[in-house]
Amino acid sequence: MTPTLQLFLIISAALFSIGLLAALSRRHAIFILIGIEMMLAAANLNFIAFWRFSPQSQPPTGVMIAIFSIAIAAAEAAIGLALVIAVYRHYRTTNVDHLNQLKG
Amino acid sequence: MSSAAVVIIAILTLAAALAAATLQKLMHATLSFAVALVGVAALFFLLGAEFVGLVLVFVYIGAVAVLIVFTILLTRRDVGKDRAANWGGAFLAVAVFGGLTWAILKTQSVAVVAPHIRLVTVKRIGEALMTSYVWPLQCVGLLLTAALIGALVLVMEEKP
Repeated sequence: MTPTLQLFLIISAALFSIGLLAALSRRHAIFILIGIEMMLAAANLNFIAFWRFSPQSQPPTGVMIAIFSIAIAAAEAAIGLALVIAVYRHYRTTNVDHLNQLKG
Repeated sequence: MSSAAVVIIAILTLAAALAAATLQKLMHATLSFAVALVGVAALFFLLGAEFVGLVLVFVYIGAVAVLIVFTILLTRRDVGKDRAANWGGAFLAVAVFGGLTWAILKTQSVAVVAPHIRLVTVKRIGEALMTSYVWPLQCVGLLLTAALIGALVLVMEEKP
């Protein structure tokens, strides 16, 4: 039996929810970034699944969008981790509960 | 592409992702995150997007996971335990999953099987990148350059 599009969409929804759980419930800034990366991976999975299950297009649009999305996710991770290091230098902590003032 | 393979890979992926979201130690969570991304790449392979799967492995496991590990080591003093998940976040995540699943199961137009499509080769992707997607490609190059310079500026030591 071959899988339907529904199966992939449900997998993607589960991955998105787990990413949301990590981003919302963790207090450590790096964990929040990991959660955001997981949500982006779920979005990529959706792009690829919709591309595979729709009539063929020329050029392969879903694949292209997934590649660009991965590149943007990499840029986001680099900036996010640089921010974590900058915040750690200033406050000596990466717990987001303690970052509650704008004025250093 | 068989359902059994997809379900097995999905279970492994989601278990690793759940471990990444709930494990107490940062380093263990990062390694689980890498395993989850390998699972997503395997799903891409099953869906016939081999190139994207390879790019995912190279970029995420080769670059992003290593970057996260380096950041953990650089902020080591703080690497203690993270407290367990709070209930508000868990409830919201379950609610989002329930809502999305309800919507997916209710929509009849997504209950389709895959049509037969021509293999998407790296040659076709390269041609598309150099013809109809050349402007997005240049913009992504500019964005990556700006992002990496920005990251350098952010972590540069302040002059005494």
